[in-house]
Amino acid sequence: MITIRQAGSLRAARLILAAALAVAANTAAPAIAPSTTAPDFTLHTMNGPNLRLAEQRGRVVMVNFWATWCGPCREEMPQLNRLYQKYRSAGFVLLGVNVDDDTRKAADVAGKLGVTFPVLLDTDKAVSKLYDLSTMPSTVLIDRDGKVRYVHRGYLNGYEDNYEKQIRELLK
Amino acid sequence: MSLRHSLALAAVLGTVLVAGCAMPRLPTLEPWVKPYERERLADPVMKLSRDTLPEKHFEHVRDVREGARGATGVQGGGCGCN
Amino acid sequence: MAATRAALGLWRRLLALLASLLGGLLAVGGARAVDLPEDKAEALFHSYSGGGVTANGPALLVRKSLFDKVSLAGTVYVDSVSNASIDVVTTASPYRETRTEYGLSADYVYRDSQITISGLTSHEPDYTANTGSLDVTQEVFGGMTTVALGFTRGADTVLKHGSPEFHETAKHWQYRLGVTQILTPRWLMSVNVEALSDYGFLGSPYRVARVFGAAVPERNPSTRSARAINLRLIGDLGSRDSMHVGYRYYHDTWSIAAHTAEIGYSRHFGESWLADTFVRYYTQRHALFYSDNAPVETTYVSRNRQLSTFNDFGLGAKVAWTVRKVPGRYDVKLNGAYEYTRFKFKDFTDIRTGNPYATNASIVQLYVTATY
Repeated sequence: MITIRQAGSLRAARLILAAALAVAANTAAPAIAPSTTAPDFTLHTMNGPNLRLAEQRGRVVMVNFWATWCGPCREEMPQLNRLYQKYRSAGFVLLGVNVDDDTRKAADVAGKLGVTFPVLLDTDKAVSKLYDLSTMPSTVLIDRDGKVRYVHRGYLNGYEDNYEKQIRELLK
Repeated sequence: MSLRHSLALAAVLGTVLVAGCAMPRLPTLEPWVKPYERERLADPVMKLSRDTLPEKHFEHVRDVREGARGATGVQGGGCGCN
Repeated sequence: MAATRAALGLWRRLLALLASLLGGLLAVGGARAVDLPEDKAEALFHSYSGGGVTANGPALLVRKSLFDKVSLAGTVYVDSVSNASIDVVTTASPYRETRTEYGLSADYVYRDSQITISGLTSHEPDYTANTGSLDVTQEVFGGMTTVALGFTRGADTVLKHGSPEFHETAKHWQYRLGVTQILTPRWLMSVNVEALSDYGFLGSPYRVARVFGAAVPERNPSTRSARAINLRLIGDLGSRDSMHVGYRYYHDTWSIAAHTAEIGYSRHFGESWLADTFVRYYTQRHALFYSDNAPVETTYVSRNRQLSTFNDFGLGAKVAWTVRKVPGRYDVKLNGAYEYTRFKFKDFTDIRTGNPYATNASIVQLYVTATY
């Protein structure tokens, strides 16, 4: 049988846990918040030339952080490709920021998945730190004025419908 | 220390890890390995357990031939002892 | 029975603690998702040969996710045992028997938690074992820590060839707690703790013990309570290779204390080869009522060499060859594994020679794995 002291210590543990989580919930603050200006960056693309985020002003930009070793990232690639093909003529650009250490692997997987949108290489993880990447994959939607509008963390089947809705909204 | 005491202590320690600065006079504890730094950890050589059936077989053989059991992370069950 | 009620009470408290942990973390927010286990299939041929016993057979596992919400897995495991072991050869006659085991499990993922329900049923002519398990895994602390809680309940029926009136039962409970912690981008460690409880007929109706040189049927206690703690460390060494070390300590109320130590190395070769090698050392101290030849008549007596003082040393190697791989689509591998173990008993004698018994054992595994 559990003694009174043991029952007491378990109850105390539960109280501390509840209090701690309540505080944690209030202190957790997102780093890239909607309505802030998206931090500017310049990265090499897979094909060579540099690409700068600020130069995309005037277009709706979706920045997607991915890696070859991340399952959900690979799963969402075909969906992102489809969205890029569908809306690029309306002023939509999709930037795939890859965080692999080995850029050849990134190029290999991007080729196998039939990626047509620009793939940027963030091997030193500077942009990942800048955007406080807390989940793989992460997708940030930026409007024509360079302001962050939507942030999606992770990928589950069905997220691409949300992306499409939000892209259409921002393209108007 | 009894098992109950150990589990209760583990739960309290767990809350400190999760909540960070909720306890007074403790420094904030932030996750120090970011999701984009986990490339090496995603490699199959870094998995604690890779294939289910072969490990189940090893575990079964050891359960039958040796006196010690458990805590290996392989789900047990069944018996082939005789 | 009081022990069981206390254990159940503790389990309810643990579940309440876990529920508050889960609830609290869900409140913190973020759409971080743990993935469903990936779809895969494994087909294995396994073989054990040692000390006069050979056990081999096929095994199959198929796992598939449905509607992106639930992952179902089914297993079939067949063990064909031919036993001419030292026990059997010196006290009875060799035999051959087949054990078949079926398993089914369902995994459900919600945010950072994974819940697994599984059941196993094992059947052989004189032994039936049914097991049910519930496991909950939760990622916390930015995904750096994974906490796993598990519970298994088993119920066995023991029969005896040639004695239709013999009918006994055994019940098992297992409680597990595991924490896996990422230490650096290259190292991670895990701690697993398990409490095991058994009640009922815990021996073999065929095995005999020796008292004053005469054979008597063995008498085991009807309860057994055990604790085990396992620590493991695995690290990436920088050239597409890794090493792991592990240590487990076990002790139970039968007075068995055991240490297990393992160290291993894994390495990728080229694009399609992966090789592992390991060394394992196990040592245990005998059960209180174990005796090779009991000089006194005691309530419990056993000559089961599994409960004696012995150690074993094993060397193993595994090789995997990727036949075909399309990233994100499917991946087929051919694998082979081999382990050689040497058992040395301190207080169990081979009555054919009068010396302490020693034997070798070999394990061979050939299997195909595919993810799709």
